[in-house]
Amino acid sequence: AGYVGWEAQPLPKPDEPDLIERLDDLDLRNDSDVPDVPPSIDSTPEILRRALSGLSARWKNWWIRGILTLAMISVFFLIIYMGSFMLMLLVLSIQVKCFHEIITIGYRVYHSYDLPWFRSLSWYFLLCVNYFFYGETVADYFGTFVQRREQLQFLIRYHRFISFALYLAGFCMFVLSLVKKHYRLQFYMFAWTHVTLLITVTQSHLVIQNLFEGMIWFLVPISSVICNDIAAYIFGFFFGRTPLIKLSPKKTWEGFIGGGISTVVFGFIFSYFLAQHQYFVCPVEYKSETNRFVTECEPLELFQMKKYSVPLLLRSVLGWETVNMYPFQMHSVALSTFASLIGPFGGFFASGFKRAFKIKDFADTIPGHGGIMDRFDCQYLMATFVHVYITSFIRGPNPSKLLKQLLVLQPEQQLNVYNTLKSHLVEKGILQPSLRG
Amino acid sequence: HAWRPGSLSLFKLQESESENKLDGETASDSESKSEFGGSLPVPTSDDTPEVLNRALSNLSSRWKNWWVRGILTLAMITFFFIIIYLGPMVLMMIVMCVQIKCFHEIITIGYNVYHSYDLPWFRTLSWYFLLCVNYFFYGETVTDYFFTLVQREEPLRILSKYHRFISFALYLTGFCMFVLSLVKKHYRLQFYMFGWTHVTLLIVVTQSHLIIHNLFEGMIWFIVPISCVICNDIMAYMFGFFFGRTPLIKLSPKKTWEGFIGGFFATVLFGLLLSYVMSGYRCFTCPVEFNNDTNSFTVDCEPSELFQLQEYNIPLVLQSVVGWKTLRMYPFQIHSIALSTFASLIGPFGGFFASGFKRAFKIKDFANTIPGHGGIMDRFDCQYLMATFVNVYIASFIRGPNPSKLIQQFLTLRPDQQLHIFNTLKAHLVDKGMLGSLEDA
Repeated sequence: AGYVGWEAQPLPKPDEPDLIERLDDLDLRNDSDVPDVPPSIDSTPEILRRALSGLSARWKNWWIRGILTLAMISVFFLIIYMGSFMLMLLVLSIQVKCFHEIITIGYRVYHSYDLPWFRSLSWYFLLCVNYFFYGETVADYFGTFVQRREQLQFLIRYHRFISFALYLAGFCMFVLSLVKKHYRLQFYMFAWTHVTLLITVTQSHLVIQNLFEGMIWFLVPISSVICNDIAAYIFGFFFGRTPLIKLSPKKTWEGFIGGGISTVVFGFIFSYFLAQHQYFVCPVEYKSETNRFVTECEPLELFQMKKYSVPLLLRSVLGWETVNMYPFQMHSVALSTFASLIGPFGGFFASGFKRAFKIKDFADTIPGHGGIMDRFDCQYLMATFVHVYITSFIRGPNPSKLLKQLLVLQPEQQLNVYNTLKSHLVEKGILQPSLRG
Repeated sequence: HAWRPGSLSLFKLQESESENKLDGETASDSESKSEFGGSLPVPTSDDTPEVLNRALSNLSSRWKNWWVRGILTLAMITFFFIIIYLGPMVLMMIVMCVQIKCFHEIITIGYNVYHSYDLPWFRTLSWYFLLCVNYFFYGETVTDYFFTLVQREEPLRILSKYHRFISFALYLTGFCMFVLSLVKKHYRLQFYMFGWTHVTLLIVVTQSHLIIHNLFEGMIWFIVPISCVICNDIMAYMFGFFFGRTPLIKLSPKKTWEGFIGGFFATVLFGLLLSYVMSGYRCFTCPVEFNNDTNSFTVDCEPSELFQLQEYNIPLVLQSVVGWKTLRMYPFQIHSIALSTFASLIGPFGGFFASGFKRAFKIKDFANTIPGHGGIMDRFDCQYLMATFVNVYIASFIRGPNPSKLIQQFLTLRPDQQLHIFNTLKAHLVDKGMLGSLEDA
């Protein structure tokens, strides 16, 4: 019933100013020309429905949400147990599903069902951009694997050129597919696809890069955001009084502040436990001999216990003089603070988006929770923040990537670089000067 | 009724008449008409300067238009030469100004389409995002090319060390301001404008920064691609004018296959000649460097192999035709063929994209900045993909990574990482036979 709207209107003629002004009033200003989404089908699985048929509607909803939350958390733990490679695949599938959800919304808004090229072109662009990013980042980590195979060498060397050529092919297909009566629609969908790619694909690749730094850099941020979500909800439920922002009327200041403090505490404690295990702390490496991923290393300073003197203020409160902490826990405070302060803005952005396009949820994938995007909306900015944080404060450039670039240089250049490096290292005392000088 | 007689050529008049016919029977176009308030194209005001108007007042409207376009074309080309003469720094400024003007033009179109006049935050936010993205890109470029200068000055050093973090924080502030500025009845409009701003930034700012990267490689990498695109434009027009018969694509009815193919050959030839002339001069072929002692830009270097004359054997097939056995050419001329080919084959797709865009949003030109030619974007629409292509081409085929940049990155690593890399490099060099195997560890 919601779709009938505009198609039934008579076409405006340019020399009928009254009609134009009336249509002007009815335009985007009031968000009123967006077709309403048909009510969502209840896709709760049959077993749950039978089990909960006796409860009232409100409690039933609670139980469904609760059960699904536990299910999702269990899946999360299972995947962590299975290792980094599975996590990478999980991130990739989530990315593809998020892309699909947003594109479907775009189709619905723009009635683009009758432009079959668009499905193909959107998926093609997704493929291109993923190919580009995977080639740039993941190939670095598989360095030894790649060195052995000739065809892969060719692909790596001309990677940018190949990716660009693929993208260009898609661009030309788009231009050739422009149909006379649908120009504007097609340009909208083109832009929609690109913005979606910008949001979902870049974020997912930053998540994977963080993951390869060490699983702790993947787990702590994501858990902090989830914890903030749940804690803010609980605090809001019990103590909520003053609304936070008009955009999301259910959020309250009490929930925001309570959630923030509990997230910082949670992050602090959680990182204490994770920092003890090499499995979480070590960068993921690919060992060519065993053809597997290993996480074994000498833990960085960051993950070694140190004694910190408690500031005088807190000494009286806590009664301790010094405390044994991992330096990483200080960083976790920064991560949790970001998750609590700025993470919610990602949620507000998604709420605004849903109101703008008059949808209740992004999709119906998870019963009671909506689509995958609904679960990940607060994570938008977190992955980028963690990545920027790591590159700015934790470590410098990636040594293996640097090595790869060195090996690609011309031999004379390599010799020059070698001599420069040697003199530098000797100067710093890292290298013993040779007898030959 | 929307077109002022006398400000168009006959060709454009025919095109606009077919556009004005209300043929939008489908939901998409009727929706777009209602969104755009009746599909009235904005009438272009004739802002040819007064002096030209008087000089050409007695000619017929068709020839007047020709003369206006011709004079402005010559003016722009002269301007181009002057800027080249003034050096890389001025070129960089010009690229930046062009970028800002293009951004402004596209954003204005977005405003017109979405009636966003009454959302004052948007102007501010769009310009703020432009500033953030430019800061990020310029910071990365400046850090690479001005490394020694940056290391000397303490505030610059801190800014460059935490550059990504600062840029991200600035962007985040803009993002939060956007979320806080969402107004109840205008959500969709605001999201559209947000998306529009980001796509525009993606197109305009990335291209302009790739142009600047190409420029720093050597002015020839800036001049030859841009000239090839301009030449292709002009040549395709001429060939189409004299020999044009079969239309090329429904999107631009004025383009013809004869123009396309003729323009292609003419551009390749032009590229070969231009690169022959330019490869002889150091000021064009040398990478731009910043000299710390004199605090200025220098273009002085030993020309790379690419810019040294070499003898090539002409294939037997052509020997009988041309009558020479060998030919002295610069290797760069071979690369120029690749660049010209791209400019002629794929460059026009950028133009079609812009034509489609203009039809989609029912505008004749992006703006009225240049009389007879439209806005700055109209002149640069074919250049969209060229800058990216040249950059990718250079990175893939011409040179690898920059050695001095690698050394800089090396110096920021930890000592054990430095040692590891050093030893691996040494082993590699010994392997290749570049180093005697008697080197100590």
